[in-house]
Amino acid sequence: MFAAILLFTAVVGLVLFAASRVSGKRDRAVAALYLLPTVLMLGVGLLYPGVRTIYQSFFDASLSNFIGLDNYTKIFTDAEQLIVLRNTAFWVLVTPFAATGIGLLYAILVDKARMESFAKALIFLPMSISFVAASVIWKFMYEYRPDQRNVQQIGLINQVIVWLGGEPVQLLIESPLNTFLLIVVMIWIQAGFAMTVLSAAIKAIPDDIIEAARLDGVGPWGMFRFVTLPAIRPAVVVVLTTIAIGTLKVFDIVQTMTGGRFDTNVIANEFYSQSFRSNDKGLGSALAVVLFILVIPIVVYNIRQLRRSEA
Amino acid sequence: MFVQRGSSRSRVALAGALSVGLVFGLSACGDSDDTEATNGSSAAAIDCSPYTAFGDLKGKTVTIYTGIVTPEDTPHKESYKPFEQCTGVTVKYEGDKAFETQILVRAEAGSPPDIAYVPQPGLLQNLVKTGKAVEAPAETAANVDKFFGPDWKAYGTVDGKFYAAPLGANVKSLVWYSPKEFADKGYQIPTTLDELKALSDKIVADGGKPWCAGIASGEATGWPLTDWMEDFMLRLSGAEAYDKWVKHEIPFNGPEATQALDAVGAYLKNDKYVNGGLGDVKSIAGTTFQDAGLPILDGQCSLHRQASFYAANFPAGTKVAKDGDIYAFYLPGKDATSKPVLGGGEFVLAFADRPEVKAFQTYLSSDVWANTKAKLSSGWVSANKGLDPANLTNPIDQLSAGILQDPNAQFRFDGSDMMPGAVGANSFWKQTTAWITGQDTKTTLDNIENSWPK
Repeated sequence: MFAAILLFTAVVGLVLFAASRVSGKRDRAVAALYLLPTVLMLGVGLLYPGVRTIYQSFFDASLSNFIGLDNYTKIFTDAEQLIVLRNTAFWVLVTPFAATGIGLLYAILVDKARMESFAKALIFLPMSISFVAASVIWKFMYEYRPDQRNVQQIGLINQVIVWLGGEPVQLLIESPLNTFLLIVVMIWIQAGFAMTVLSAAIKAIPDDIIEAARLDGVGPWGMFRFVTLPAIRPAVVVVLTTIAIGTLKVFDIVQTMTGGRFDTNVIANEFYSQSFRSNDKGLGSALAVVLFILVIPIVVYNIRQLRRSEA
Repeated sequence: MFVQRGSSRSRVALAGALSVGLVFGLSACGDSDDTEATNGSSAAAIDCSPYTAFGDLKGKTVTIYTGIVTPEDTPHKESYKPFEQCTGVTVKYEGDKAFETQILVRAEAGSPPDIAYVPQPGLLQNLVKTGKAVEAPAETAANVDKFFGPDWKAYGTVDGKFYAAPLGANVKSLVWYSPKEFADKGYQIPTTLDELKALSDKIVADGGKPWCAGIASGEATGWPLTDWMEDFMLRLSGAEAYDKWVKHEIPFNGPEATQALDAVGAYLKNDKYVNGGLGDVKSIAGTTFQDAGLPILDGQCSLHRQASFYAANFPAGTKVAKDGDIYAFYLPGKDATSKPVLGGGEFVLAFADRPEVKAFQTYLSSDVWANTKAKLSSGWVSANKGLDPANLTNPIDQLSAGILQDPNAQFRFDGSDMMPGAVGANSFWKQTTAWITGQDTKTTLDNIENSWPK
């Protein structure tokens, strides 16, 4: 580890030194030189492990026998793996839209309101908490204690249920409700991110356009539909896709709150548990590859949208 | 855009300064590793002679990597001091909760510690398969022959070669109860499974819920249920069938296993029996194993089956003793004569064969170390026959030592720890969790059988 950092420092120092020696009009050479460490690192740190993971996904648990597409067949036929896929679909369909929607609504509501920065800080705060800490907080929200004498509820939601005359529910055990309760945590974290980016985008809309729309007699809904939304479209796309990618990779929340039990497992957690708990490196690699493939279209869409908006 | 001609000299200086600064900063970090102070403890009478045979060990270092973390690590570190003073070796201790997954990664990546405390024979075999582990020295093997039973030696042996000596042990076949409550209500400690059942029914008749249980443990949720099932497998079908079942020589979903899991269900899936102070049957899945036995203190339930290390979970001030607030009895066998014991423990696996590592392995396998450790810790016991139970301070430790050293005891290691990871650390946990939340016994056992690596 220490040696690696030392090596990195030395290489960077060397490149900077070499670059400073190159004089004249050879800007391209300098650019290439600067790129070299990045390319090297991407090769060693991303490309090689990536290719190796794909290769290993065709092997059995101990990586000793070639088994073709068996791991992938298992992912798409095994009952337990299908629940993993189903939950991942729930996550990626609900989280980006809900988080972006809440962030957008909030950004519009607090825009130019009094105490705007304070209101924004409130919703942005969860962003600064780690996923694990957020999960621990929400675990207490959902905490269950039985409805018996001498037993006090310590979970907020169950306490509210009890106050309303109901019986406490084991929230994190009922499937598929529990998956959506975990998704709430992700939305709670990501809504602040969506709000920040979208609020900045809304503020960047030129005042004269808003003025012109007002003079034309556009109401609040029309203002949103025909002025605000088209103007911040690129920002919305970036926010949606960023959250979608983050959601596909979700691991900490599931790991901390249920450990993937009670049918709440998702791909990233299953990949970890197959690779390191079950010691099934082949299936673990295959799950990682599936995750990788699922992220690609979102990244491609993101890049195309960015290009289009810049053109 | 950062390439500007003319100011190259200043940038060279800056780059150089940055690199140098980084290097110095990093090396400062690297050096800050604490070196354990080796003085302070009273130099107990320890015979240094066994280790002098390994040559001059002064200034050498042995690194240990283990899953034993605060507060249990303190007595461990303390127990090395006589050895450190004797030999001049420094022992560096690293505890990590994620030990079980990280040790394999480290071994495969070629950066293993000198010594790892491995809590599972299955994991031990995987580690040996990486080819990085080193066989135990002859001196250690001799100690193990002298101080441990052949079953314990077998758990540290892979393919006929002896690798790892046992370190600590725990007894899982225990039922926690309140001695006060038993005295007040005239309950007797059961000596057979039938008596255990009769006691449970009696508590129900008295208007109570006899058992409390909880299996939540994060990613490892379900493991307490595997212990329950193993205990009943051992009691109802005997040690031989148990061994075959663990090695998959009989199917996981055969009649023996079905009988065992159904017997557990008769307790844990019985609404009359559970879950005292915690809810309905399903609440077992949502209650952490650490919390599960606490309702005994409030009189909400009377019985809780959990291992000897559970003593640490009771709040400070709770008197753990035969005449105290809480104590445990041996989970009885089918009849009063058979004494099957389910338990666990750690094994000392070395990844280096330097003289100081060998000397340390030998020290850990000796009765000297076991007695030193016993005096320092609470909630710890060893299967080392040289361990004098009088050196144990905690009544539960004495009880456990008594059970382990009972000549009639048939000790068996926790089965899920010996099965392949895909079963023992995955499907077994997952499926029994599904079982307690409503899945039937047949589906549960069939699913585990199907997950066994072919």
